[in-house]
Amino acid sequence: MKANERLVYSASEKVTGWRLFIKTILARSYPRIIGQQREKSWIFFEIFMPMLAVSAYVYVYRAMGAPEEYVGFVVVGGAMTAFWMNVLWSMSSQLYWEKETGNLALYIMAPNSMMAVLLGMALGGMVATTVRAAAIILLGTLMFNVQFTVTSFSQLFAVFFLAMTALYGMGMMSASLFLLLSREAWHLSNLAQEPIYLVSGFYFPIKSFNFWVAAAASFIPLTLGLDAMRQLIFPSGAALGFLNVSVEITVLIVLCIVFLIGAKFLLDYMEKLAIREGRITENRR
Amino acid sequence: MSNYAIETKDLGRVYKIRGNKKEREIRKELIALEGVNLTVERGELFGLLGPNGAGKTTLIKILTTLLAPTSGWARVAEHDVIQAPNLVRPRINMVSGGESSGYGLLTVRENLWMFSQFYGMPSKEANERIVELLKIVGLEDRIHTKSSDLSTGLRQKMNIVRGFLTNPEVLFLDEPTLGLDVGASRDVRKLIRGWLDADKNRTLLLTTHYMVEAEELCDRVAIINKGRVLACDTPANLKRDLQRDAIFEIETSPLNGLTDKMLAEQAEVKKAALTETDGGAKLELVLVDESALAVVINILTQKNIKVLRFTKREPTLEDVFMERVGQRMEDVEKEEAPNESK
Repeated sequence: MKANERLVYSASEKVTGWRLFIKTILARSYPRIIGQQREKSWIFFEIFMPMLAVSAYVYVYRAMGAPEEYVGFVVVGGAMTAFWMNVLWSMSSQLYWEKETGNLALYIMAPNSMMAVLLGMALGGMVATTVRAAAIILLGTLMFNVQFTVTSFSQLFAVFFLAMTALYGMGMMSASLFLLLSREAWHLSNLAQEPIYLVSGFYFPIKSFNFWVAAAASFIPLTLGLDAMRQLIFPSGAALGFLNVSVEITVLIVLCIVFLIGAKFLLDYMEKLAIREGRITENRR
Repeated sequence: MSNYAIETKDLGRVYKIRGNKKEREIRKELIALEGVNLTVERGELFGLLGPNGAGKTTLIKILTTLLAPTSGWARVAEHDVIQAPNLVRPRINMVSGGESSGYGLLTVRENLWMFSQFYGMPSKEANERIVELLKIVGLEDRIHTKSSDLSTGLRQKMNIVRGFLTNPEVLFLDEPTLGLDVGASRDVRKLIRGWLDADKNRTLLLTTHYMVEAEELCDRVAIINKGRVLACDTPANLKRDLQRDAIFEIETSPLNGLTDKMLAEQAEVKKAALTETDGGAKLELVLVDESALAVVINILTQKNIKVLRFTKREPTLEDVFMERVGQRMEDVEKEEAPNESK
């Protein structure tokens, strides 16, 4: 049989090392970013629906005669909820869905690093969610006439960047735990959703908690990120803040390091364990 | 440089099955593979032939670094799959039948491009090769279609292109034509053969439970059942052993209580498989020689079964399977199905 000339390939210049790492991050982030443009239902589910919860809290605070800054707290908290939802459902439990569709096996079998796949998921999720969060803030600001007074743009940017890095690092770390799970992944995500809303102070300042409860809640990067952002964008934020902004930035830096390094080691360990136990493609061991 | 693209030695895998809550203490074990010794040469198209649950997919998972063996070792492209998976992975790719990989929101081109990036392919080269391969499988008009809008067959063609796209040294195809219609299966088989013939350093391991596919495509075939390799040779050599035997297919009136066991008890009958058909039955017989047919006809007459038609034919891989396993592949699958669902 004559060989098909179209199937004769010259030696391919495939990249390796850090360039492969970058390519993988960009390729894996692509479906998330492009997916947002192709499926517009997110506008309803991820902007309109959170706005209902935000509105409810705003009216409760106004009915109680709470300081007007609380309205701003709620709007910012509502926007940050989008990131938490994204980390919970599109980072942590994502590997379970990837396993179900067969993508996980292809990711692991390819020469790329799984860490790069997770970073790609995080990057894509972060970009897409930032658009949603910005839309919630814009809508909330217009609807409830929120006034922002930014005291330091550089600190605000640093807090947001660190909070996002630590949050998605935490998502990557928990994603590697979910590598071994099957259907229980869904239940665990459901279980984590509401308690985090409460202890992270999405709709109220965490200073309202006892110090130790607030300190324990600070393990979730959004808690301190949100608290520091409120301090930096509302005049009375500092008075209602849990810790000094500089301290919160330091803790967020530590959380970033812990979660990213933790994700790397846990992912390596879990991948080996999953291969040994036969959990990459199925649930029998 | 070794001439082997794949080598396994005493390869085995035992799964521990988790029971339900009441049975949690009782650990069940399933031997998926046992003592598998195989060598596949570079440039070879090697087939693993066996029924569902035979261990074909388990073997592929081990060779593609997705599953650790519980005994023995395996090398792919000269590297140990457990000790050096990072050296194996850039050299391989795999496509499974009926897989739903990729993202439905992405187009065919985007999905294929994304997977090519995980292998470090330059985007320009990847996009050119995507167009070429899609043309070969007749999917070029769907290049900008979202993969969620593709039919099962077209989606499988896309998956197959994904496997070839990265130009692996060793390609694993696990039931690649599963669920495809006749025309699509033919296109895929043509691509497989053409790809291999285009470069003698490429190796392809194919699993299938379609005998015709194995016979048509493979240079060598290993028959696998219940985790063990029962035979391994070229299709011609495997069949040669049976050419001394006489193989008959007989269509009859209803069987009147006759069973394949009754026929197999006769010294002249090597293997017998009976299938009930509409208003009759079909007997597939491997006899020691042609004269043994008289013995069978005699039994049929005693049971008042009429012979409607009979044909003598050349042995096929199905006959080889039946000879080695003692049952037709179809019957093995029927037996295994209830066990798997337990």
